[in-house]
Amino acid sequence: MDTSKIIIESPGMLTTVQDLGRFGYQQYGMPVSGAMDGYSFRLANLLVGNPVNAAGLELTLSGPELRFCGAGVIAVCGADMQPMINNSPIKPYRAIVVKDGDLLGFGQLLSGCRTYIAFAGGLNVAVMMASRSTCSRAGIGGFKGRVLKKGDEIPIGKIEGGVRLGIAHAQAIPDYQNPRPVRVIPGPEAGLLSAQGQRTLFKDLFEISHESDRMGYRLQGKDIELKDVSGDIISSGVMPGTIQLPGNGQPIILMADGQTSGGYARIAVVTSVDINRVAQLIPGESISFVVVGVEEAISLNRNMFKLLKSVGPLT
Amino acid sequence: MSKKALFLEVNCYTFHQNFTDGFWRDMKTDINKENIKGVVDIIPAYNEVMIQYNPLSTDLQSLTEYIRLLQNKLDAVVLADSSLIEIPVVYGGTHGPDLQFVAEYNHLSVEEVVQIHSSTEYLVYMMGFTPGFCYLGGMDKRIAVPRKKNPRLKIMAGSVGIADQQTGIYPINSPGGWQIIGQTAIKLFNPYRTPVFLTQAGDRMRFVPI
Repeated sequence: MDTSKIIIESPGMLTTVQDLGRFGYQQYGMPVSGAMDGYSFRLANLLVGNPVNAAGLELTLSGPELRFCGAGVIAVCGADMQPMINNSPIKPYRAIVVKDGDLLGFGQLLSGCRTYIAFAGGLNVAVMMASRSTCSRAGIGGFKGRVLKKGDEIPIGKIEGGVRLGIAHAQAIPDYQNPRPVRVIPGPEAGLLSAQGQRTLFKDLFEISHESDRMGYRLQGKDIELKDVSGDIISSGVMPGTIQLPGNGQPIILMADGQTSGGYARIAVVTSVDINRVAQLIPGESISFVVVGVEEAISLNRNMFKLLKSVGPLT
Repeated sequence: MSKKALFLEVNCYTFHQNFTDGFWRDMKTDINKENIKGVVDIIPAYNEVMIQYNPLSTDLQSLTEYIRLLQNKLDAVVLADSSLIEIPVVYGGTHGPDLQFVAEYNHLSVEEVVQIHSSTEYLVYMMGFTPGFCYLGGMDKRIAVPRKKNPRLKIMAGSVGIADQQTGIYPINSPGGWQIIGQTAIKLFNPYRTPVFLTQAGDRMRFVPI
């Protein structure tokens, strides 16, 4: 059987090859990268019978047009970009069989921000430093270390262990239309927040500025006050979800391509369940925060994985 | 520096405990070797080690106890030899737009700042911030300066900077809040070269004005 591949006929706004991220190199300063919404990414892979870490595509705000060479199976999860095959709408959150010559395209974004396409067999790009994720800032990984362009051709891996045609049940499908406060746990420097600062952080609405990307979301709102004049700390570890507070009082949520250490106060950390929701917010939207305890955060995480397990085995 | 209370961050499940000076490098070596179940990644820093764990693979209490056990065995850990790396730097002018500020803030001349910065042998305490970025210890307090209140959106690769009592080099173009005093052509991170990284924690570094 011939190897399947996809040809990018038009790239969409920001499309990259991702898996669940690059681990083991953060001690050298290498970001984790990977799918910003790990829940939707895993779900898509499970629906086509892939291991959860198989490489797929992350789409941002507007989707690409892909031509399939060779038959295959795909699933589309995450933001609703109105997926179509040969200009006919297809359902997201379920496995779809594609034929040689089929064209996968997308319409206007209706909700969320990032959409994931899983391909049975996974995208067969080179593994760099233990991962197929793209870190475009560092120019490595994924497809040639960059966002996809027109004309790019990406091979699809062989399907191991038989095709699966899964359908996600309603409970597994997130609702991006109803905003809720993002659950966070206190950061290591939460104690530096003044009473006023705590009220601002946990009651006010912030706006996601246009200077927001895969490295971090810069938020705008009322200045968050600290007890001390400067919240700067000696450089310490940070990771996706860490909320930093620079001297200008405007917080930054570090995301997948964010740095691994920094010297701004770490006032809170987004929980692993809600980082996926943050990844589905777009510039101009509002965001608010609510604090939860570590035990609750772990419990929420456990429930999320239970939901995924109900779709397929988590290898 | 005293030990602080146990601290927990849960996102991709992070466990973070502060250690006394000098312990963290031993701890990192130990954790790397031990291959502990449920530990996903580690980030050693100046006076802390962030241990990222998966709470579905291990529970926090067992992990905490295990880390404490390791901590008690630290004296037995053997560290690898360190190497010295020399970095040629063009100081000031367009290559170091904040050199003047550093000098004025510390009531020194620009020449004095360069002389002080380049006459120290620095220790690579940790790496982070961007791939290949070295956090150097041993900088002379006389040239310390606060980081910028409004971080720059783009700092060029090879830029040499200072923030508070730290100095370092940006290995790739990146946003950042450090005060930039000079520029080097050396690439500390090159994914197409073997080795990808020229440095590791524990190495020593010296800047050479050119």
